Amino acid sequence: MTSTTVPPLTGPTPPSPDSGDAPRPPRDARPVRAGRALTWAQVRAALPGALRGMDPRSLWRTPVLLVVELGAAATTVLAVAEPSVFAWLVTAWLWATVWFAALAESIAEARGRAQASSLRATQQQTTARKVLAPQDTLDTGTGLAALPTAEVPSADLCVGDVVVVAAGETIPGDGDVIEGVASVDESAITGESAPVIRESGGDRCAVTGGTVVLSDQVVVRITTPPGHTFVDRMIALVEGSERRRTPNEVALNLLLTSLTAVFVLAVATLQPFAAYSGSRQDVLVLVALLVCLIPTTIGALLSAIGIAGMDRLVQRNVLAMSGRAVEAAGDVDVLLLDKTGTITYGNRRAAAVLPVDGVADAELASAARLASLADETPEGRSIVELVDARLQDTAALPAGAELVPFTAQSRMSGVDLPGGPDGLAIHRIRKGAASAVRRWSHSTGARLTEAQAARLADHVDVVSRTGGTPLVVAEQVGDGPARVLGVVQLKDVVKQGIRARFDELRAMGIRTVMVTGDNAVTARAIGDEAGVDEVLAEATPEDKLALIRREQEGGRLVAMAGDGTNDAPALAQSDVGVAMASGTSAAKEAGNMVDLDSDPTKLIEIVEIGKQLLITRGALTTFSVANDVAKYFAILPAMFSGLFPGLAVLNVMGLSSPQSAIVSAVVFNALIILVLVPLALRGVRYRPASASALLRRNLLVYGVGGLVAPFVGIKLIDLVVSLIPGL
Amino acid sequence: MSVTTSTVLAAGGQLLLLLGMLAAVHAPLGAYLARVYSSPRHTRFERGWYRAVRVDPDAEQHWRTYLLSVLGFSLASVLLLFALGRLQQHLPWTLGFTGLDPAGAWNTAVSFTTNTNWQWYSGESAAGHLLQMAGLAVQNFVSAAVGMSVAIALVRGFARSGTDARLGNFWTDLTRSVVRVLLPISVVAALVLIANGVIQNLDPHTAVATLEGGTQHVLGGPVASQEAIKELGTNGGGFFNANSAHPFENPNPWTNLLEIFLILLIPTALPRAFGIMVGDRRQGWAILGAMVGLLLVAVALTTWAELAGPGTAPQLAGAAAEGKETRFGLAGSALFGAATTGTSTGAVNAMHDSFTAPGGGVVLFDMLLGEIAPGGVGAGLYGMLVLAIVAVFVAGLMVGRTPEYLGKKIGIQEMTLVALYVLTTPAIVLIGTAVAVSVEPGLAGVQEDGPHGLSEVLYAFASAGNNNGSAFGGLTSGTPFYNTMLGLAMLAGRFVPIALVLALAGRLASQRTVPASAGTLPTHQPLFVGLVGTVALVVVGLTFVPVLSLGPVAESLS
Repeated sequence: MTSTTVPPLTGPTPPSPDSGDAPRPPRDARPVRAGRALTWAQVRAALPGALRGMDPRSLWRTPVLLVVELGAAATTVLAVAEPSVFAWLVTAWLWATVWFAALAESIAEARGRAQASSLRATQQQTTARKVLAPQDTLDTGTGLAALPTAEVPSADLCVGDVVVVAAGETIPGDGDVIEGVASVDESAITGESAPVIRESGGDRCAVTGGTVVLSDQVVVRITTPPGHTFVDRMIALVEGSERRRTPNEVALNLLLTSLTAVFVLAVATLQPFAAYSGSRQDVLVLVALLVCLIPTTIGALLSAIGIAGMDRLVQRNVLAMSGRAVEAAGDVDVLLLDKTGTITYGNRRAAAVLPVDGVADAELASAARLASLADETPEGRSIVELVDARLQDTAALPAGAELVPFTAQSRMSGVDLPGGPDGLAIHRIRKGAASAVRRWSHSTGARLTEAQAARLADHVDVVSRTGGTPLVVAEQVGDGPARVLGVVQLKDVVKQGIRARFDELRAMGIRTVMVTGDNAVTARAIGDEAGVDEVLAEATPEDKLALIRREQEGGRLVAMAGDGTNDAPALAQSDVGVAMASGTSAAKEAGNMVDLDSDPTKLIEIVEIGKQLLITRGALTTFSVANDVAKYFAILPAMFSGLFPGLAVLNVMGLSSPQSAIVSAVVFNALIILVLVPLALRGVRYRPASASALLRRNLLVYGVGGLVAPFVGIKLIDLVVSLIPGL
Repeated sequence: MSVTTSTVLAAGGQLLLLLGMLAAVHAPLGAYLARVYSSPRHTRFERGWYRAVRVDPDAEQHWRTYLLSVLGFSLASVLLLFALGRLQQHLPWTLGFTGLDPAGAWNTAVSFTTNTNWQWYSGESAAGHLLQMAGLAVQNFVSAAVGMSVAIALVRGFARSGTDARLGNFWTDLTRSVVRVLLPISVVAALVLIANGVIQNLDPHTAVATLEGGTQHVLGGPVASQEAIKELGTNGGGFFNANSAHPFENPNPWTNLLEIFLILLIPTALPRAFGIMVGDRRQGWAILGAMVGLLLVAVALTTWAELAGPGTAPQLAGAAAEGKETRFGLAGSALFGAATTGTSTGAVNAMHDSFTAPGGGVVLFDMLLGEIAPGGVGAGLYGMLVLAIVAVFVAGLMVGRTPEYLGKKIGIQEMTLVALYVLTTPAIVLIGTAVAVSVEPGLAGVQEDGPHGLSEVLYAFASAGNNNGSAFGGLTSGTPFYNTMLGLAMLAGRFVPIALVLALAGRLASQRTVPASAGTLPTHQPLFVGLVGTVALVVVGLTFVPVLSLGPVAESLS
């Protein structure tokens, strides 16, 4: 596959600006979408939506909240029939509970809308220069840019239309570049200010509507109908309008519904028991008890958690096509990572010089440096950097030096220096693949001593075996026999910190597989250095697909990132397939997420976001259920200590009166929703750790915390509530 | 009454001895059970039996077929028992008793088929030897075997991967449970009981003149044989009304200990078989750990309550000795009470009605837990596994993965079945009790006013709904109202959960097993054991706290 093939050894590659494969500098400041703390503005924006969210028709899918609303309606009737401070307080706070729940969801959506509006700014109506030509010309023709064009509104473009976009113009829709090359400013989508290169053919042909061409001119074939572009989909996703509930969310909702049913039963049957015991209870009090017991906290926050999870992905510039994929990300067992660009920097860098017998280190180093001074490839530059750092040899190329470029035939490059050491003969220095340089030096009549030949072969072998590329350096003075000086070791440099990431992943139970086109020896060496669990060497797209299938046969979930057309089958097969935005449309269609930054390392973050989403759900469920214990201690003595004075000892919080105890429990139950909204939106703290460690920590914080917190909260509220006159 | 050091030591010693006996046979019996349900070979007797009843013992059944087999078999059992009860006077060996009334016959038929063994009648004054032997004793074997079969079907669901939801053959599982497990152990246990003084004959109950000139009925009957399976199969239906408090059923402290041992034998060994069958014994330890943990808490609390004897009457009397046998002592009754309610046995060697308020509350709570500490034969295992799934569902989320247990994902369908399971028994118990305390025929049976009366009714429905069968006493339950209502509670409390469990087993068996990794929630560590126990306590606690606070809690605190 493209991104893992070994680049030509010393071949000149076009100086790449910020292409998809190159590492990007870490980025933290995002002017548009920075500042994720909850602001008052967001809360204000959410208020109207919260009122709409109280519509029973939108609540029926969350039975927990529907029960609360029905209860609030019932107490309203009772409060009207028999008004009292107590009745109105309980009623008001029950309505507040429903409203807070609707508000939580509305805030999550409003935050999304804020993002969406910044995205929508990229969607101003633009005009497109549409190429006017018959369809078959558009499909197969060349030189389309020269054909006549007509200005049409971008909203009228259809799939298959071809447009010309020149420097300074906005690309009118999602499509593929079919002619030309241009630098494009994608900051509107990615927040990344450095322009990227987009060119026809290959894996960097996709362009996104709303981005701006900075230089040159490209011809783009539209691949997405207006209204369904990435930006449109992003807007729909962050607004939550396209949100479907994920399987785990549905399952959790089932559990909450069954808990609600249990509590409805427990409270409904309490009336006959109370009647038997000789103390019928106010329906108002029973409703208050019911609402306090059912898991309103998690019921209210559940959809906000889901929306916020998506939101966190979008903040990291990842566009998930479904919530299901985000959930699956938390479950991933195997991570398929391309070597180049993900695990290594992708360009080979000089790491050491290894002279043959009879040659000094410095001699080899300065020869290699001279040969590379005019070489603008990353490899060439890295040799100069290496030698400069070691030798302080800063001699410039003498005048008249002639660069010998790399060709596919010679497979070497080098330099011809006038004047040589003796001031007369031409001094030629060559570097290149071992076999090529050996052939060249043989042709000059050079003969290595046996020891030198052995040492050279040894160096070449060692470098190859450890995952590097040996670059043999030789020189020739005049027409004499050439002299082989030694080997420069080029290494694929493993990214800093990647090993630690893999260790974390292993602790989380995720296996990493490095996929590369390199041979097995090289692949293994880099794999060992990076600390991956497994290596797939000389990988073809078929191998990749087979590996994914094999893992899935064993019941494992596989995540991968890819960009090329030939990645599409593997992306489609994997459970979490992250396509690079720079990649082909085929790849993007096949994956279930798109990374707008085209950074394959982000797979790791995606997994963490998935886990964080699930943990937040579990933690708040635990918290919600654990809260019930304290609420019983508040309400049951309040209900029955008149009947059985002994039950007063259960009033461990020392609440001032039965009525204030009930009101305090109801108020706590409502307020805790508001208190936890920021946590639901932010997600609980997640640090990669083993399952046992995570469970222990979260049980302690949210289980034990959920047990204790309401005792304190209800007591404090009671201190205030007891001051209310008429209670 | 002061709790002396020697009584505490005796209570502890008896508990240690019991645990020692159980530990000694745990591993071999668990391994044996696993072999019984995994072996492809049939004994010659079994082959003959399968030919006679025209069953292909190797035909694997889909979960629906398995369920239909269970239901069909149980329906036939109910009809047979109903007929035996109604037609008693026309049959031999009936000691001259008349047939049972329709509501009573229905109640008894359902009661013994569902492994509940709730008894509204007195054995010695209503049931002849034929009904006892051919009806009740037979059901003691097969109803236990049904429970074991269903549990094993669920275990197979966990153990299998990617199948078409087939779970084994019910008829084979049923036959093997009876022939290879229950019968051999019962025979040995019955012989030991006979050697210790339990009667075993076919004599009628004889009236004899006493020295003082009065008459006394000397009871006869095949008691030892029925006693052994009554405990081993966690059935609990006594030959006599006094159940294991009767000297002919349970003569001395040693037989008392033996009977408790028999009650706990299979329920504690099944988790071992489960561990072996799913290929990870540690999982069996974890389930056993949760069961035994809850049991020990219950034993400790009841023992404390009965020895300390809180409450006005026990304090005045010097001990909470009312309704207890001096043969066994208070601790012997407390231990028996915790064991019989922790399993779904329901045999009693003391009247739970006479337990102290907190002691009675604990045995009541034990049943409300859903019979999982360690639960009835089979039913305890599947009940605990369902709770483990609930625990996994919440805890699994907290480790950042969609929940899975033993490599099976707990998705929407699994959760639906589990949620319904968790809902079933509380619904039966709460609705049944609420109806009973609201209508005249229900209130008519209640002996005492106030919290204790509520406890009596709640206890009856908890006992029936959870298929325990023990009676609190005090409640006059032999009325058409209670016979009908409790019969319905027993029926629903047995077969709705079984249907849900088998559907769950089918789902699990058709799922592919996901291999465990470091990111998987470990379900064999003490933390998880504690979590399962807590889930059981919290789910049940939160459901029943309101009614308990008006019953045993109010009584304890007054």
